[in-house]
Order: sequence, then C-alpha cells, then structure tokens
Amino acid sequence: MIRTLLRIHWTNLRRDRVAQLLSFVVPMAFFTIFALIFGGRGGGVTGRVHIAVVDESHTATSQRLVRALQAEKSLIVLTRVKAGGPARDTTRVPIDRARAEQLVREGRVPVALVLPAGLDTSLARFDGGGAPIQMLSDPSDPIAPQVVGGLLQKIVMSAMPDVFMKSGIGQFERYTGGLTPRQRTAVDQWLPQLRARAERDSAGAPATSAGAGGDSAGAASGPGADSAKSADFSGLARVEVVPVLGRKQDTGMISFYAAAIAVMFLLFTASAVAGTLLDEVDSGTLERVLSSRLGMTGLLAGKWIYITLLGMLQITVMFVYGMLVFRLDLLHHLPGFAVMTLFTAATAAAFGLFLASMCRTRAQLGGISLLIILVMSALGGSMFPRIFMTPGMLKAGLVTFNAWALDGYVKVFWREAPLADLLPQVGMLAGFLVVFLVLARLFARRWERV
Amino acid sequence: MTILRVEDAKKAFGATQALCGVSLELGEGELLGLLGPNGAGKTTLVRALAGRVRLDGGTIELFGRRLSATETRDGLGVVPQEIALYPLLTARENLEAFGSFNGLRGGALRDRVAWALEWTGLSERAREPIRRFSGGMRRRLNIACGVLHEPRVILLDEPTVGVDPQSRERIYEMLDRLRANGVSMLLTTHQLDEAEARCERIVIVDRGRVIAAGTLGDLVRDTVGGGRVVTVKLDRAPATPIEGLASEANGTIWRGPVRDVDVDLAAVLRRVAAAGRTVEDLEVRQPSLQSVFLHLTGRELRE
Repeated sequence: MIRTLLRIHWTNLRRDRVAQLLSFVVPMAFFTIFALIFGGRGGGVTGRVHIAVVDESHTATSQRLVRALQAEKSLIVLTRVKAGGPARDTTRVPIDRARAEQLVREGRVPVALVLPAGLDTSLARFDGGGAPIQMLSDPSDPIAPQVVGGLLQKIVMSAMPDVFMKSGIGQFERYTGGLTPRQRTAVDQWLPQLRARAERDSAGAPATSAGAGGDSAGAASGPGADSAKSADFSGLARVEVVPVLGRKQDTGMISFYAAAIAVMFLLFTASAVAGTLLDEVDSGTLERVLSSRLGMTGLLAGKWIYITLLGMLQITVMFVYGMLVFRLDLLHHLPGFAVMTLFTAATAAAFGLFLASMCRTRAQLGGISLLIILVMSALGGSMFPRIFMTPGMLKAGLVTFNAWALDGYVKVFWREAPLADLLPQVGMLAGFLVVFLVLARLFARRWERV
Repeated sequence: MTILRVEDAKKAFGATQALCGVSLELGEGELLGLLGPNGAGKTTLVRALAGRVRLDGGTIELFGRRLSATETRDGLGVVPQEIALYPLLTARENLEAFGSFNGLRGGALRDRVAWALEWTGLSERAREPIRRFSGGMRRRLNIACGVLHEPRVILLDEPTVGVDPQSRERIYEMLDRLRANGVSMLLTTHQLDEAEARCERIVIVDRGRVIAAGTLGDLVRDTVGGGRVVTVKLDRAPATPIEGLASEANGTIWRGPVRDVDVDLAAVLRRVAAAGRTVEDLEVRQPSLQSVFLHLTGRELRE
C-alpha cells in the first residue's frame, strides 16, 4: 500500500509542472540571487565605494591625498562633475562642498570627503587641533562611511609617511626641544626619500579588498550617532562625520522596510485578487458577464481600479502603523508618499492582472506568482536593501518594477527629494503599468469571442 | 411570428466541425427544446446566439434584424448551466450586480430586483450570502440573474440539472409565468422527460447538424412510427429469448413495439406463456422522446 501511495505521489509530481518548479527551480533561483547579493562577487568584482572629494585646501599635501585616494582600488573617486546649464554642455568642474552635498543627497555617492583649508597642519596632530577632514554621509548607508573612514586612515599612513614624520617631529620639537643641527640635516635628507618611496609604492600598490575597510572599522564611528556631527575618528587623519540628510537613520530604515514589505505583499494581494478572473472562468461567471453589456475591457478596468485602491489602502495602513508604532515620519512626506503609492499600487494591480490572464488555472497562477514575486522581491530590494547590493545586482534589479517603486520611496523618505525628482521612478512605473495592462488585455482575448 | 431565426450556422474549431449548417426558428412565446448527445454542437450554437462564438458562416436574426458577431444582445437573456453567481454576495447583491451588467440603473434596477426576489421565492433570504443556499435556491437565482433585464428571448442551458422534483416544478412554474407574457425560450437539456412534457417543439442536433425537428408527435411518426411500446414484467427470466421483444434489467423485463394493440398484444402474451413464464405487470404506451432520441442518435457512447 505504501508503494502504491509513493507511486501516486511521484506520478502527480511528474505531471505537475508547477509543483516541480516550486520544488526545484524556486530554491535554486533563490540560492543564486542571495549568493550574488551576499557573495557580492558577481563576475569576481568586489563592490567598490563611490566617493566625491572636495579639495578646499589646494596644497601639495591635499593634492597628494586626492591622488592617493584615486589610486585606492576599493574606491571610485569623483573630483569633477558636469557643470549645470544646458544639457549639451559637457564642461566638468571641480566639486565644491555644495555640489558634494547634493551628490550625497541624491544618492549618487554615499560619502563625500571635504579636505579643508589648513589640512597640512591638521594631519597627524596628537592634540586634536586643526580643521578635520569632513565626511558628508548618507545615513541610509551605514557601511560606506566606515569603509571610507578606515581606508582614509590607511591611505594617509601608507601614502604620506613623510607628512606624518614631519608633523611628528614638529610635535616632538614643540614639547621636548629642538633637534640638533646634525639630526635636522639627517631628517631633511630622509623625508624626500620617504616621500619618493611612498609615491612609488602608491603607484604600484596591489589591489586592496574591501576587507581593508573592515580592519579599520573600529576606528570609525557609525553614522547613526545621536549627534548630528561626531568627531570621534581617532586615527592619524581626524575625520568629522556630517550626515547631510537630517533624518535619523533608524526612521529611514523603518520607512524603507515599510515600503519593502508593503510592496512585496501588495504583489501577492494583486495576483490573488486578479486570480478571481480565473475563478470566474471556472464558475461560468465570466461567460455570463461577457454575455452582458460589460465587455472584457470593462471587466479588466474594473478589476484594475479595485486592486489599485486596495493596494493603496494596504500601503497606507502599513505606513500609518509605522508612524504610530515606530514614529515613522509620514506626515512630512505626504505628497511624495501619495504619488509613489498611487503609481506603485496601480502598477502592481496591472502586474497581477497580467499574471492572472497569462495563467490557465488558479493552481498555475499560485505557483507562477509565488516564483515571480519572490524573485522580484529579492532582486527588487524587498528582502534585502538595494543600497547594500553590488552595482551589478543594482542594475539587474532595475528590470523589476518594485525596485523602481522602492527607489522612489527612498527618495521621498530618506533623500527628502522634491516631487519633480520622482519623475524617473514614476515614469518607469507608468511604463511598466502600460506594458502590463496591454499584455493582460492581449492574453484575456482568449476568453472573448472564439 | 418568428422571433429568432438561425440560418445555415457553421463553425469549426481547428479540424473539428462543431456546426455544419444548423437552421432553426423560435416563435413568439414558444418553448423550443434543443436536444442532442454530448458534443453534438448545442453549446456552440447557444454561445453563438449569445454572441460568445463568432460563426464561420450563416446568419442569426433576432426580432427580424440580422445580428453581427460582436453586437450586444440586449433582447436576449442567457441562463448558463453552471451556477454563475458570486458566492460571497447575497441574493440581492447578485441580482443587483447582474442587473447592472445588463444596463439596469436606479429605480428600474430596484424594481426588477424586488420582482426577481418575489419571483424566485427568495425575498426572505435576500440578505444571505448565497453559499448558504440549497442547490434549488441557487438554480432559481441563477435563472433570475439571466432574466432581470426583461429579455424577450431566453436561452436556458440545463436549468434544472441537479435539483429535486419540487425545485424543478417551481422552476417550470417560474418559466411558465414568463411565457405567459410572451417570452420565447430555447431550452437545451438532457432531461428528455422534461423536454417531452414542456416543449412545444423539439430540435435534435447531432454532429453539428439538425437531424430532426417538430412536435413530439411529428418526431415519433417520422422515426419510430405511430405504434405503441409494450413492456412486460415476468416472474422469472425465460430460458430462451421472447420473439419480438428485447430484455432489460435481469431478464425479467421485456420491451418491444406493437403496431396494432388489439392484435399484436395478444400475440405477445401468447409468446410469454409459451416460454413458460407468468406476466406480473404490463404497460402499453406511446413511444417516448427517449425512444426517438436513441433511434436517431444510436446507443453508442460518444465520448
């Protein structure tokens, strides 16, 4: 009897493609996605941190530091940007503090370093004096400032040892008395050699892995500190972290997860409700409805509007809950929230209808939607924040509409972007929406007149 | 007066010819039975009438006007075989939904919903979700949703399947009330006794063609003849077959045609006596629609 049962179940599995997909393909798909995300080694390339550098010092020392940062292979350093003005104007100008802040605010770089005037006198000072290097940071990315802070210490130490030696001797002389003439001559001869050797080493420096940042992570403070500014980097180069987005990081993360979870479940809701189309096919209700004045276009439009409204309600409930329980700052972001919620819900509704019209049975819809929604959620950032993904994964995620939706919510709640800045996200969502609706209508033709 | 006319309707699905030139007419206030084995083309024809199948050839005229394939059939009501309702909605909500889909609004919709609840005997249960309803109640509501917009022609697909005799009677009472107001009906059914008892004319289709049409008397006369059928129940199965009769059940029931009851019935009883058996019961009746149907379409399974 057991043998008969085994045979029955095995035969069922062999003939049920959805069950096969769920049993074997979905786990492999997830394994692949998460391996790529957490391995971060898509194509063997370690994720590099993009930073902007502002040189307000304009000294030989600051220029050496910029060059050393550029030579660091864990960093992609931006020192010039396109000047504002006509789109055709490709003139690039050095980044100033205002532009650097804007780059961070827009999420184009997670960190910008400002090398202040007087940098030469502030490096390697043990008394905490002098102007510190300022690190303008995006609180949404808690990792990048730590990595950059650690790398900065390493770079300053390994690429500019002569500066440190000179400064150290100055400190020594200040507190213990001057060097003898013979010692002074020896030091003056040695410092250029030290500098030349460092520059040689820097030019031929081996690739540095992101782990270098981890080595120094303990020396850097996190961006989530309570004070808006912190000066507790205790390395050889003193660094002051300046979060350019005024909100607290924890609130930002809550808004991110509210959106991420809401969008994922919105997709499940949309596909489940759109699946009533298949129930109506089975029950004969669709046949009856199509025999009435209400045609297929009207039926799909009605379902789309309903699922959109339901989705908007679902997202709103999630954010209101976040506001009441986790102090999520919803009220100051209402216009952006409304725009993103409308387009996200409308696109998810169209996506649900597309899935339902594509499938032949409820069971098929259940299996396929589970597979697609989980993959989309993983790629699109509902399961793992996109800001932590490698550039390759970030690009791959853009094929999913929920990535655009989450990017839009991030712009609203983290970057405090004006409505106009949501245009790329809203535009893409509208594009997805139209494509899904057109596909759903085309697939639904099979239920019309034959 | 002809309300609905189908002329030479043809439809193929790939290599399968579902309709091969079907023609029929439905008169005002008439109840026309459309019969045929499974796969004969009945459903395709009904769906074409409802505008759900685009014919390859032929024409459909409603109220004397030729219909296009895509045209909305406002004067037509469709009652599907399935309980095509929303199970979580109440009876009233279902009626309101289908009334709205068929163009009813405002006061007209309210009036028709009230009429339908009274007509179906569901006024007391109007606010209950229909998933709690019995099969008969759902059937009645299913019919009501198809006639709410007062169509003059109703297509009924197996309207009484799966219901008890009381519900069946109630359903035909409801339909008779509509017919009294001049509504015409095309009834497809496998319940041959119902078609025999209720329909004024019958059309039998098979393999996409009309193979017989007319009143029951016409069909009997044209197929199995004008005689009678005699059925005898014996005390025991005979050892050898009884000439002129065919056995059923366990060999104790025998049935066969008799042309002239006065002469041929006596001969049948003599043959039974010659077989050494006693007649326990005897019935003489006109050939049924079932006899006609099986005569025309054969006894072989089609699927």
